[in-house]
Amino acid sequence: MATTAAPAPAYAAAHAAGEQTGLWSWLATVDHKRIGTLYLWTALGFLFVGGIEAFIMRLQLMQPNGQVVSAELYNQLFTMHGTTMIFLVVMPLSAAFFNYLIPLQIGARDVAFPRLNAFSYWVYLFGGLFMTIPIFFNAAPDGGWFGYAPLTTLQFSAGLHIDFWVLGLQILGVSSLAAAFNFITTIINMRAPGMTLMRMPIFTWMSFVVQFLLVLAFPAITIALFFLQFDRFFGTQFYEIAAGADPLLWQHLFWVFGHPEVYILILPAFGLASEILPTFSQKPLFGYNVMVYSGIMIGFLGFGVWAHHMFAVGMGATADTIFSMATMLIGIPTGVKIFNWIATMWGGNLRFTVAMKFAIALVALFTIGGISGVMHSSPPTDLQQTDTYFIVAHFHYVLFGGSIMGIMGGIYHYYPKITGRYMSEKLGNWHFWLFFIGMNMTFFPMHFSGMLGMPRRIYTYDVGQGWETFNLWSTIGVFFQAAGLLIFAWNFLKSRKSGERAPNDAWGAGTLEWSIPSPPPEYNFAQLPVVTSRYPLWDLKHPERTADIAHSAPDQMTITDSHAVPMHEETERKSAKDLGIPMPFPTIKPLFAALFMVIMVGGLVFIHAATLQVALAVMISAAALFIGTVYGWLTSPLE
Amino acid sequence: MATAALDTHDAGHAGHGEHAHYTTTGLEHRKIAIWALIGSECMLFASLISTYLVYKGRSKVGPWPHDWGCKTSNVIGKTAEAVQAAGCAAADVMKPILDIPVTSQSTFVLLMSSLAMVLALEGVENAGKAGYDKWYKGSKFWLAMTAVMGATFLGYQSYEFTSFVHEGLTIDTNLFGSSFFTLTGFHGTHVAVGVLWLMTLLFIDMKRGLKGKTDVLLVDICALYWHFVDVVWIAIFTLIYLIQ
Repeated sequence: MATTAAPAPAYAAAHAAGEQTGLWSWLATVDHKRIGTLYLWTALGFLFVGGIEAFIMRLQLMQPNGQVVSAELYNQLFTMHGTTMIFLVVMPLSAAFFNYLIPLQIGARDVAFPRLNAFSYWVYLFGGLFMTIPIFFNAAPDGGWFGYAPLTTLQFSAGLHIDFWVLGLQILGVSSLAAAFNFITTIINMRAPGMTLMRMPIFTWMSFVVQFLLVLAFPAITIALFFLQFDRFFGTQFYEIAAGADPLLWQHLFWVFGHPEVYILILPAFGLASEILPTFSQKPLFGYNVMVYSGIMIGFLGFGVWAHHMFAVGMGATADTIFSMATMLIGIPTGVKIFNWIATMWGGNLRFTVAMKFAIALVALFTIGGISGVMHSSPPTDLQQTDTYFIVAHFHYVLFGGSIMGIMGGIYHYYPKITGRYMSEKLGNWHFWLFFIGMNMTFFPMHFSGMLGMPRRIYTYDVGQGWETFNLWSTIGVFFQAAGLLIFAWNFLKSRKSGERAPNDAWGAGTLEWSIPSPPPEYNFAQLPVVTSRYPLWDLKHPERTADIAHSAPDQMTITDSHAVPMHEETERKSAKDLGIPMPFPTIKPLFAALFMVIMVGGLVFIHAATLQVALAVMISAAALFIGTVYGWLTSPLE
Repeated sequence: MATAALDTHDAGHAGHGEHAHYTTTGLEHRKIAIWALIGSECMLFASLISTYLVYKGRSKVGPWPHDWGCKTSNVIGKTAEAVQAAGCAAADVMKPILDIPVTSQSTFVLLMSSLAMVLALEGVENAGKAGYDKWYKGSKFWLAMTAVMGATFLGYQSYEFTSFVHEGLTIDTNLFGSSFFTLTGFHGTHVAVGVLWLMTLLFIDMKRGLKGKTDVLLVDICALYWHFVDVVWIAIFTLIYLIQ
């Protein structure tokens, strides 16, 4: 706290000195901020794809006996809507924030393995295209996002649909795992001096938990998918009931992954809300320690509740009871978070920005979804609700009301940091209210249509079952959401050029990422900061807010040649070269390595699409190119 | 890990650029990443092993892992005589598939390779020191020994797979075949990756000699992986071969 806060400059320069522009600079980038931006754009693109899929489904269901799409296409639509929104939208949007924010929040210059990071992104992009493009050829996956075997074995799902799904998910798994190893290492090993674990911003903490969930949950689905892949391509019998296979093997392996996956989707949004709420309540997060512990607890318990997705399969009273109790238990740490957010706002000096509204909406809507979730934890209740629209209502309240609302709040909150300009608050308010009203109008009636017995995944229904009004409301709500999304897109695109200029500390927040210019220079921190408390910026600007929080003196720090909490507001925009900071070289190799890997894995479809010889030729040549590229990658210096 | 460099220029500028290479724990990034990878691999093998155990005894047709069977009926017995007594013609009798004595040999070789790996790491750590210039103390010899023992294990495994196929067990014969070949195949693939890794290290050692802090790390992460692959085999050998 040796430095004093200098007044923020009127605006930051649009580009730091020496920063590269143009297409090549994006293809060859290894900068975590650019990779984060690529994730953001790509995932928002897929959000439109998944949104259009949902829109068509709602048009089909608007009235009884709808004629918009065929049953076959409807199957592809609901499968791809779920798969897209989970694997290609919410996870990568979270990854966009992991990439952009984790190094900034912990005071690092990049992630631990910058080139591996680029590789993760390109694998995601190519894998996403591999799964999405077949829908234009009527060959998209059609077995549900959960792909239950034996339904998805060759016997019951001939054709290429499921092949694209199995191989696409394998490819995306590589991307997620590589990113998870990278972020675990980054968070453990690249924290600035003084940034102890219990001083990390909550977003970084929740991301840290998510990386462990990814590392431990993805192998289960990888193996389940390998079994399915082997069954479909090499004639193994893992899901062959006639050969004695267990029809629940897939379900268990899938949900051992699938339930932690739910927390993989929600915890980053929780983290973002935990950044937004204290900033706009203008007081520290209530119960920081408990927020951390409850996040860890959710991650831990998340591995012990998977079979609550399977109450209807008849596992027996003992298993049902255990999983029911574990599920009720996980409501506790989640509830703790809700109360802590409310207590954070309590007595705060609230500023209702768009980001704040989205964060508050998360707290409210997630609570509704969370409570209907606790309802399902009781097997007898669940038996009435399973496979009905009640479940659809539940998980859209947690995934749309929770994840998407939190992420949207995050986008409005961090847009000034990423681009140097604010998004329009006026358009943002339109977006928020259209989303909030539309979302409730779409999903709240689904509770009723579900209670009245409307099953999920049906492509149409007949008149006279009492579902007409609710379905009409659900579809009308989608028009609100679509309008909101279009306004968001307009706002997002337009504000890059014409938005109001943002200073370093765009919102008066307390964490490290707001101490550096907006947008940040390629090296992030001209000097590595030395951190003495949870809110280093508030220590300088609003010491009264952080008076109750434990601090350590800078001289207790091990590193001696850094300044205490450097404020960059007066730092000139120098390039990394000027400052003598070694930065990793841009390289195109991760892109090609990703491309060849995707062709190598995806080439397996040629066994069904063409012949074994064609498949082998494609896969072996792609493998050779992949190994060559990786060799080139490993033998070229990083920086 | 993926950013592991084969060249000295790249890996960890120990001593200069202290800002860029400050790490919170003092450990190298790759050391942490390999532990994360191993954690993930544990879940991978846990899923494979659980599936094998869940499917144990569920196959509808032989051959069986530990029991005698019959090609023409579903008779199972502890001895050939028992199967024949139950009405199986002598020509149709199927042997138990798993050959524990042979696999015990390959298990021994693989476990000994971990010892060799430890000595290889010791060789790199002490490269250039007195007493470590002898061929039997150096990293080249022990890296080569580790790779050879890994390759020997793979040789045993190919022999095992081939003889199983000759005895009528393939990956699509029954659930035992599917789960056995997939599980041991995954492990074998891991061993093969390890052997290639060791050979790459050996190649670098021959070319420019492995020594110094950076090279110790290079060998250390390979050693962690190699020991992990060995430990997994102990679990597989116990659960699949020894427990009947």
